[in-house]
Formats: sequence, structure tokens, C-alpha cells
Amino acid sequence: MKESKEELIGYLRKMMEIRLFEEKVMELLARNVIKGASHLYAGEEAVAVGACSAIKPDDYITSTHRGHGHCLAKGGKLPEMMAELCGKATGYCKGRGGSMHIADVTAGNLGATGIVCSNVPVAVGAALSVKMRKTSQVVLCFFGDGASNNGVFHESLNMAAVWKLPVVFVCENNLYGMSVAASRCSAVQDMADKAKAYDIPSMICDGMDVLAVRETIKKAVERARKGDGPTLVECKTYRYFGHSRSDPRAYRTKEEEKEWRNKCPIKQFSKKLVDNKIFTEQEIAQIEKQAEEDVESAEKFAVESPYPNVKELRDDIYAPSPTELVNGGAIR
Amino acid sequence: MREILYKDALVEAMREEMERDEKVFVMGEDVAIYGGAYGATKGLYEQFGEDRVRDTAISESAIVGAAIGAAITGMRPIAEIMYIDFITQAMDQLVNQAAKMRYMFGGKTTVPMVLRTEGGAGRCIAAHHSQSLEAWIMHVPGLYLVMPSTPYDAKGLLKASIRDDNPVVFIEHKMLYGMKGEVPEADYIIPLGVADIKKKGSDVTIVAYSRQLHVAMEAATELEKDNISAEVIDPRTLKPLDIDTILTSVKKTSKLVIVSEGYKTGNVASEIAMLVMEHGFDLLDAPVKRVCAVDVPVPMSPVLEDAAIPNKQNVINAVKEICQ
Repeated sequence: MKESKEELIGYLRKMMEIRLFEEKVMELLARNVIKGASHLYAGEEAVAVGACSAIKPDDYITSTHRGHGHCLAKGGKLPEMMAELCGKATGYCKGRGGSMHIADVTAGNLGATGIVCSNVPVAVGAALSVKMRKTSQVVLCFFGDGASNNGVFHESLNMAAVWKLPVVFVCENNLYGMSVAASRCSAVQDMADKAKAYDIPSMICDGMDVLAVRETIKKAVERARKGDGPTLVECKTYRYFGHSRSDPRAYRTKEEEKEWRNKCPIKQFSKKLVDNKIFTEQEIAQIEKQAEEDVESAEKFAVESPYPNVKELRDDIYAPSPTELVNGGAIR
Repeated sequence: MREILYKDALVEAMREEMERDEKVFVMGEDVAIYGGAYGATKGLYEQFGEDRVRDTAISESAIVGAAIGAAITGMRPIAEIMYIDFITQAMDQLVNQAAKMRYMFGGKTTVPMVLRTEGGAGRCIAAHHSQSLEAWIMHVPGLYLVMPSTPYDAKGLLKASIRDDNPVVFIEHKMLYGMKGEVPEADYIIPLGVADIKKKGSDVTIVAYSRQLHVAMEAATELEKDNISAEVIDPRTLKPLDIDTILTSVKKTSKLVIVSEGYKTGNVASEIAMLVMEHGFDLLDAPVKRVCAVDVPVPMSPVLEDAAIPNKQNVINAVKEICQ
């Protein structure tokens, strides 16, 4: 492993934080502390962490409706994230977005979306902007296997390829679009194959192995930065929870779930670190304990934070206009 | 003052803003070499090159989505959707992303983009190229909606839209591109949210916008012969809507007719009428009248197309019904 001990600890810690955050969210959903919908990322941690470790802080990402992992991996902070999920004023979006719209624009996270595939053209536009502004930034565009069956996915890949834009399309293939298996709704089983239609190179990697993801994304990012255009990276992964909290997971077997649980990205990576004598089990336990404490304190922060002031309901719909508006307050 | 065409006023607006701010760029189907389906981007490609005047594939959703992505990361895109009928393919991007991002993300981003498109009937090109879908746009919080009726307004409003930090849907009318009008050479903008009284009057207020403004003006001229003095107001921007100017006029005339080329059901006119009820019910001496398109997909045949949208006589009839 060529990464420094510090970097490796960072990946492990980030993956643990995501996992513990998601488990805590599940608990808070069950206790009805968190209302609404949450699409949990547990199981897929290696993808967000591996991919985001391969880019720089001023690079961009676009996220999905399963966006907590991306947010944290791109530098998001646990308390603000948890507060957002709880609909509190201290959340990243002042409690207006919640789980599905978590965004941290100043950190380069251009936001999660409640519409599958809706952010793929937005990522292409961000990459177009990078190219026109002549910076060396890249855009990581996360999406799921389900999104790759959506029309705008194809429009966007085509546009990115024609204009050779610095975007890396990161497919998180977790085998299911809600309940429908990719094998039942996609004509090809490797989503990477869809890149061929647009003359975009593709790579497939083990989405349960953080270093494998990192290595693969790094190559794609390097290509993008050189001006050689987009790449599609498919990460084979699995979500441990259901699509959302109401999902009884009737569409998959216990055996299948167990098999993927055995590939747990955190366990695998921890073992690798111990086997290579980079960390001791005690050190790893210590990191986990710290992550647990951080998630607990994020929960405390969120629960104790105030709800937004209802007087602010209509704030931020529009940006201030440079020209004065005449509307009598009746309608805008 | 010199007179230029509506389409050339649009080109001038974009040219001046592109010269002023290098972040402004144009993208869409046939906007570059071809110069836009209605000539509204002619010459921009030659002046600014393919980097800033971008022909795209026929991918409406990706065009609007890419404009959003560019807008939130520091550019000021103008995306052209050739016919408003085609925004149906990009509605997710427009309604779910462009309109909501700022609010949904806690005010931490802005989406400074203009979606330029055209609408309206009059060229016998039938149901997929003739609609007036502005009511859809007006319904969604987070979007601005601009519909200029003259070359002067077209230039000043487009420049204001480009400089605005909000997503603006700018709808031109296909029958106005060839219309000539006075346009100053000096730099000017028309603030969004400010209506224009196109004709002063005292007996009835007619609110009309885009091409129907001209239909309303013709009707007003005819009505003068019958000693009915109509005040004609062009809101110019439907969102933000300058309801104050309309209310001030209704206070004077006590009667209101609203003309729109959109389908009657769920029309912009319904909203304006309701706002006047809410804010000025006591001002009214007669029921508000709507003159709108018939609820029918716009047919191709010229006689049917004409019958589907408002004309001068429809406006005159509506006015007379409440003025006599």
C-alpha cells in the first residue's frame, strides 16, 4: 500500500463514520426522531470514500438520493448532516432539504437529488463550466445502476463525450433500483458497457474495496485533468439496508445479503491493515470508538438544535435581484 | 430613434451581455452555425466562437441540466430550447432542479441562468410547435417568467434576465420575431417585475402580454370608435408579477379583461383575475373577463388555428359585455 498511514487511517475512519451515521439514522427513523425518507448508504462506503479520496477539495461532486456517504466523504460534517436529516435550522440546508437534498456547495458537493438521474446533466454542466473557466478541476458524478436506464443519462454521456469534459461518471451498482434487480430491468449487466455507445472508456472495480475504488477513480481523474474527457467507472457494491425505511427487502434472499455482508468494506479493509501490520486491532478499535462518539455527539447536536423559524418559510426562494422588484407583496 | 426587428433586439441583448461578461454563453440546438431556428442567435457564433456559442445534440433535458450545472459553478448560461413544446422533455431539470436548488440547499447556491424559448400559434405548425405553456412555469416557485411583446422590451428584459441571479424562463413569440420597433442604441435594461402601460384609458383595463398585447391594442383602437376608453397593460414579466400597476388601473376603470394565448383552463389570466379579487374586489364594477385560447391542441389548418386563439373581435366582445 503506497498511501501513508495517515491517509489509510483517514479512509477507515471515514468509512466507519458513514456506517455508524447510517446505523444511527436507522435507529432515529425507528424512533421517529427523524421524519420522512432516508435512503441509507451502509455497505457502499468504499465507493464514496475511495472516490472522494482521489480528488482534491476544490473538485466537485454531484450526489444521488442516497447521498449521506458522498456528503461525508467530500468533507461534510456529522453534526450539520444529522441536523439536516432532523429538519433543524442548523442543518446544511437549514432543514429544507433533509436527507434527499443534502448539499454542501462550499465544499464542492453540488447536492443530492430526489429524482433518480437528475444530477447527471448537472455534473456535465459543472464540467463544462470547469472547461470554460479553464481551471484544472474535475467533477465526480455519482449515480446508481437504476439511473443508467434513464434517458437523460444517455443525453448527458453523449454531451460529455462530444465536448471532452472533465467528468468521471461513477456508477454505484448495488444490484437493485429500489426492488427491481438490474438483471430484470437493464439489457446489459455491466453498466460500464453503456459507455461504449458514447466512445467513453470504462472501468469496473470492486466497490467493496476502498483502495481498488481509489486506484480506479484516480486513473479516470488523471485522464479528465489532462483534458482527455470523461470516463465511466462502475463500482460493484451492495446496500445493506432496504431502499428506504418501508422496504421489507422481499426481493432479495438472506443468503445474498449474508454473502455481501461478508464482503463488508470496513471489515475487509481493517483486516488488510492488520495483516499488513500497519495497524493493530486495538488501534482500529480506538478509531471506531472515536467515530461512535462523534456520531453520538452529532445526534446530540441535532436533537438539541432548534427547528427553523416558520417566519423564514419563504426565504431563499429567489436570489436578490440586481433590479428592484415591484410586486406589492402579492405574488413573486 | 432607429427601428430594429424583435429577433435582432434579442441578438443585440446577448451580444452586449457576452461582451460585458465573459461568463455569459449560449447553448442549444442550432444556435451556432445556423443562428437559431428563428434567427435569434445570428452572428453570435461568428463573433464569439464555438466555445461560447455551442450547438448541442437534440437533448433538451441535458441542455437545461448542463446549464444548471454551469450556472451553479460560476458561469451564466443562456440555454435555448427551440420550441416551448420541447420543454416538456426538460421539465424535470427546470422544475425540480433549476427552480428548487437554491431553496432546497438553504440559500447556499444561486442558479443564474436564462432558458430562452419561444411559443405561441400563428404559423400552422400544429400541436407540437404552437403552445403557450407559461402557466406551467408561473406555477412553480423559484422560476422567473418573462414574455416580451416588443423589440424594445425584448432587449431590455433579456439583458435584465441575463444579469439576474435567478433562473429565468424567457418566452418569445414566434410571430413577433419579424416585428420592427424602436430600440435605443444605448445600453438599457428593463427591470423584472415592472409592468408597462402601453395605452392609457379610463373605462376598462385590458391586461395582455406577448403577441396578444398587439391584439389587445388593435381592439382598444376599435373600441375608441365606440367611445370605450381602454387602458392596456403589458405585465412583461409574469413572475414577478406587477400586480400593483394592474390594481391601480382597475381602481380607475373598475373593469378588467385579461387576454392570453394559453389554454383557458388553469391560465395565467385565472391567476391575475384571482389576485385582483383578493386585493381589489371592491374596485370591480363587473365580473372579470378572460379571453384565452380554446382548450384544444392547436390544430394545423389555418382556419382552425385562428379559431383556437384569441383575436381582436374576442377582446372587443369581452370588453363590451362588461362595459354596456
